[in-house]
Amino acid sequence: MTAITSDFFSAPVLPKWVAPVLLLAFAYGVVPLIGSSYLFEAILLPFLALSLAGVGLNILTGYAGQVSLGSAAFMAAGAFAAYNFDLRVEGLPLIGSIFLAGIVAAAIGIVFGLPSLRLKGFYLAVSTLAAQFFVQWALTKFSWFSNNSASGVIDAPRLSISGFALDGAIGRYLFALTIVTVLTFLAHRLVTSQTGRNFIAIRDNETAARIIGIPVLKTKLLAFAISSFIIGVAGVIWAFAYLRTVEPDGFDLDRSFQILFIIIIGGLASIRGAFFGAALIVVFPLGLSRLGGFLLGDLFDSGVLDMSQRIVLGALIILFLILEPDGLVALWDRIRRRLLFAWQST
Amino acid sequence: MPLPSYTLGVMEASAYAPEVFARGLPSSPPEQQPEANGEPIGSVAGVASPLLSLQGIGLSFGGVVALADIDLSVRPGEIRTIIGPNGAGKSSLINVISGVYRPDRGHVQLDGVVYAQVPTQRLAQLGVARTFQNLALFKGLSVLDNVASGLAYKVRSNFAGQVLGIGRSRGEQRDSLSRAEQILEFLDLTAVRDRLAGTLPYGLQKRVELARALVAEPRLLLLDEPMAGMTAGEKSEMATFVRAARDRFATTVVLIEHDVGVVMGLSDRIAVLDYGRKIADATPDEVRNDQRVIDAYLGVASDNEDGAGI
Repeated sequence: MTAITSDFFSAPVLPKWVAPVLLLAFAYGVVPLIGSSYLFEAILLPFLALSLAGVGLNILTGYAGQVSLGSAAFMAAGAFAAYNFDLRVEGLPLIGSIFLAGIVAAAIGIVFGLPSLRLKGFYLAVSTLAAQFFVQWALTKFSWFSNNSASGVIDAPRLSISGFALDGAIGRYLFALTIVTVLTFLAHRLVTSQTGRNFIAIRDNETAARIIGIPVLKTKLLAFAISSFIIGVAGVIWAFAYLRTVEPDGFDLDRSFQILFIIIIGGLASIRGAFFGAALIVVFPLGLSRLGGFLLGDLFDSGVLDMSQRIVLGALIILFLILEPDGLVALWDRIRRRLLFAWQST
Repeated sequence: MPLPSYTLGVMEASAYAPEVFARGLPSSPPEQQPEANGEPIGSVAGVASPLLSLQGIGLSFGGVVALADIDLSVRPGEIRTIIGPNGAGKSSLINVISGVYRPDRGHVQLDGVVYAQVPTQRLAQLGVARTFQNLALFKGLSVLDNVASGLAYKVRSNFAGQVLGIGRSRGEQRDSLSRAEQILEFLDLTAVRDRLAGTLPYGLQKRVELARALVAEPRLLLLDEPMAGMTAGEKSEMATFVRAARDRFATTVVLIEHDVGVVMGLSDRIAVLDYGRKIADATPDEVRNDQRVIDAYLGVASDNEDGAGI
């Protein structure tokens, strides 16, 4: 295991908070000045939304050990709930709508988390598919959710925080970045608290957890609730900041799998892992399309791109599961340690 | 007669085991305790009563009888070992005491309260902690966090308080970690406190499990083969820690062990199981010389020693 070797090098030279703070300073201070509209629209906004969804799913699957295939359903629930709160509740600030949307997603998460009290692993994963199909069906079936729009499509409202309008790509980027930062920080606090320890305890040994007095049922439902809250808010960012118009079909099973792949590739039970995985998932198709266009020219059309993207992604997941089950995060830590070691020994 | 002292306990028990209440008082009076080892720890029924007693426990899986009519009485502060050959029912007995199994017959009396099945979820609150035969650590948590999680049953703050660091969560967090650190120091584990539990060698993992059970300062500590798979040196080290834990926390210890040699010096009394029955229950010296125990372990000398006709 990698953790054994970590004792031999005192890897972090700087305090733990330095890297995230520097990264945030860069994201707030530098990126808006140098970034192109393409960078925000095609890369950073989907990256932020999917990262947050990955953080949410990681709390449930990575930390608490409950596999879920319903992530896209909770994103959809969040997006449509925020849309309706914003539309139907007079004078509710946007942040209030987003918070309440998270609560709605959390409530749905608790309902569809109930099978986890009896089911484990593969069987639980299949039962969470119910959420996936039910939410998508309900949003399509009842046009009230989309304000009687014929196609079920909703248009995002203008984004503003306390009267300060956030228009344009940069504004939406800052809006998304702020929400992701706050929730990620809170998620980090959560997983290092006693509740986070309880999650891991239930994942690693449920019987022992029960014997030492951890309230297993309550803790599992709490994991579903918190995870769904975060994924719901990620859905709001996806709908309001990234795409601006969404329909229920955009939150299909493929999206759920995408988020699951993000945390598998990035690293289970790691907050950073969600960001690593999301970065790969977002950047990878763009890079692949560039590379394919460069090598094959006109032969590499969108159909071939889609096909090759699936093949390479599938191969990548198999490779990761075999070679690096702890994901990109473990890979990154190992490389960083090597570099640090090489640097120290020179 | 100890009748008045029992009344309270049986009344309390009625919620869990009405049939026990109806049947009346336990048949055997509590044993006298000429030489108390530990401090009296305030059991409902007074000093002389056992902390734990099993009455007529029977358990079978399908047609296989795991336990048959087991009586056991454990006094406060003693180290009581249960030994027996493979498949004698030792682990089943621990699982009955900790509520993982519900016995088909009989009941468990804990600290004066009678249970048909011990409520597992409330075990920690009742002052009972246990370890498992197969390691049951939380592999993804550090050693310190593993041990601190032994205090999770006490936590009253909710997740929001813990995330925001408000209310009683700060005090609880500080308290859990400092108590966990004390236990780590007591069991000489401080050097590995930040390691992931899953990465430790086997013997150390066993000790971390002991630490996780001890951190709650249980009145009754159930150890399911704490020395299984250890080297001779590790075994005697573990025996030292068990005795030290008893002396320091006045904990009553019920210990299961396969290896007779190790526990002879450690135990105050030894119960011997064979095929689900208790065949001896006495001091180590008496057990060592008990013919039935020797037969169970070494096998009965056959009349046909030459194996003629086989």
